[in-house]
Parts: sequence; structure tokens; C-alpha cells
Amino acid sequence: MATSANQPIPGTHIFDGHAAQRGYALNAMCFSFNEAANREAFARDEAAYIDRFNLTPAQRDAVAQRNVLQMIAAGGNIYYLAKLAGILGLNVQDVGAQQTGMSVEAFKQMLLDQANGITSGETAHG
Amino acid sequence: MAKVVGGVFTSHVPAIGGAIARGAQEEPYWKPFFDAWPPVRQWLDVQQPDVVIMFYNDHGLNFFLDKLPTFAVGAAATYRNEDEGWGLPAFPIPAGHPELSWAIIEQLVADEFDITTCQDMLVDHAASIPLALAWPGRTAPVRIVPIAINTVQHPLPSAKRCLALGRSVGRALTQWPGNERILVMGTGGLSHQLDGERAGFMNPEYDAFCMDNLAVDPDALTRHSVHEIVELSGTQGVEILNWIAARGALGASASEVSRTYHIPISNTAAAVMVLETEAAKAPVPA
Repeated sequence: MATSANQPIPGTHIFDGHAAQRGYALNAMCFSFNEAANREAFARDEAAYIDRFNLTPAQRDAVAQRNVLQMIAAGGNIYYLAKLAGILGLNVQDVGAQQTGMSVEAFKQMLLDQANGITSGETAHG
Repeated sequence: MAKVVGGVFTSHVPAIGGAIARGAQEEPYWKPFFDAWPPVRQWLDVQQPDVVIMFYNDHGLNFFLDKLPTFAVGAAATYRNEDEGWGLPAFPIPAGHPELSWAIIEQLVADEFDITTCQDMLVDHAASIPLALAWPGRTAPVRIVPIAINTVQHPLPSAKRCLALGRSVGRALTQWPGNERILVMGTGGLSHQLDGERAGFMNPEYDAFCMDNLAVDPDALTRHSVHEIVELSGTQGVEILNWIAARGALGASASEVSRTYHIPISNTAAAVMVLETEAAKAPVPA
């Protein structure tokens, strides 16, 4: 079934060809953060570093605002954005809290609460 | 002839690597996940695999969006893990097995899989963490063949296609004339979603469906389209594709040895499973 025929999933953004084209510059910048020297260069002079990657205005604004949903709307892929988040001191719970509009504590509790109703631990068979 | 002894399936959340680096395995948050591993290691001690076929997805260490293969087979003599952007220490990666890699590549292309071959390949946490969990504190005493599946940029390969890919790899393994004992690993998942307003989504019911069917009826996992899997399992839960491919490589028959399921590790419903084939050795009675 073609993607276009699929019903949107609430709160979910499929990283498809449209997003991959739109987000290329932002994701390229984030990919560069695999190298520690590049992370340091970004932290030292963010504006100059961003200039090297030709970010779109929407991407620049999203990064300036530290707004993950805006980054995704501008084509950012979360696997690449996670590298930027690390520089910004945000872990995936911080990122989750920001996107869901919850406090970090409430978001963490929401994760924990999903364990309710399952039997944790090991089940050996055979 | 070579023997495929079984499969180890596990989540590969980067935070697991952080917990290993900090020595946090016994902390209450981490203990339920790390407790899954001593029985897995006991099973590995009995099976003594020489080779690991690693089905995983790259998260932007080796591959970027400039060139992104749907299926990539490592054919290198050596592989490396490197900094993925968080400054975590790199894990040791065992040597490759290029002769077996090329046998797999020959079989895949003969079976009409148009794969990418990689003679120079970094492997990220999705390969390094499972090895570090199975063989902690040392370089895994195996040779590896990494097989990377695109679970990042849609369109992704279907679950049906991934299972067929794994079965083709399995045919190559059973025809390999070496005497190696071969372990298959499938990494990622289970349900989780890092991005969007639905971040934090997990689905124990779908995860149970996957775990219940992995050994006995893997084709059941191929009934859902990728879009349906994303809906059921989350945008990153779709990493179950790696498990499905790895299950395919075990051949027609596999039985469940152990299973651990724990919520949450980071934002993820974490699972560890061991499946074995008829070629697996029975444990020595205590």
C-alpha cells in the first residue's frame, strides 16, 4: 500500500522522502556531531557553525528555539536530532517531555506507568 | 557443515551502553534488564558460537541520508564502533568473516535481493551493545557479519521482505562448508517512539504478539504493513524488522529458550529473547 493511502497516525511523523528532502541540511549538521571537534565548534559559535550547513530559516529558528517538534516539522530525523540534543544537554526523556507538553517528571512517570499490567521478568520455556 | 545454533534477540537502547560504561547494572532501574543476561550467557557458554550474523539498523554512524541502502551486508575483515555524538566510549568489535560475508552476498543476490556490500563499515550501538551484553567486558569471541536494514528513512522494506531476506541468509549459512557454530542476533525494539506528540508510546500487547509468534509462526509478524507496525509499535518500534529478518535466518524450526520483557528502559519496552534450533546443544546436567 502506498504511503499516501495510509491514514495519518496521531502524534506521529513518518520520516519519508518528503521529510528527508526537507530536512537534509539540518540532518547533515546533526550527522557532523558524531565528531567531538564539531560538537565543540557548535558550542563555541553556534551561528557560525549553522552557517556552514545552509540551514533553512525554519530549521534555524527551530534550533534557536530548541524546539524539537519544529525541528521535526522542518525535516529533522530523531536519530540525527538526538546527537544535537546531546550537545544541548537533553536526553530522550527531556525530548519526550518537550514534545508531549509534559514535565520531565510526568513524562518519566508516564513511561513507568506503562509497566502496569505486564508481568516483568523472565519466563523460561522448555 | 556449519550449524546455526540459535538466535539472541535484544533491545539496543543507547542508554544501555551508558549504563555499562557507568557500571550501573545493579541499580534498581537497570537491574531487571541486565538480569536477563546471565541465563543468555549460560546458554552461549553451552553453544560456543564462532560466528554472529548481526541484523541491526544504523542510526547515523556509518550511513547518512546521502547514500542509504535498504539492505547492507558487511564484507570487511575488521569493523569499528565510534563516537555517535554522545562521547560514550567505543565498544570493542570482533573481527569480520569476509569469506562467509561473500557467501551470504552470493546467496542473497542469487535470491534476487539487490543489496549493498560494505568493505569498510562502522557499526553503531545497535550492534555493539548486544555483543557487550552477551560477552561483557571483553571482545566477543566470535567473528561477525553485520547486516544493516534501513529502519530510518521510509519507505522501509516490508516485514515480509525482511523475513525473506533472513531466510535467504539462512540458506547461505546451512550451505556454508565451514565447521562454525553460528549465532544469529536481531536487535532493536520493542515498542517505542522517540519523536512527535505521541513520544513515549509503547504497546505491550503488540510486543507480546511479536514475542509469542517469533519462534512458532514468524510469518504472523509479516501480516502488518510497515505503516501498521509504526502505528502498533511506534516510529522506532519498527526496528522489529531486524528481529524478523534474524528469525528468518534460523530456518523453519526454532524453539524459545528464554524471554525477558521489561518496561521501561529509557523510552523503550525492552525485551531479550533466546531461540534455539535443533542444532543447538543440550545443556550439560548440573
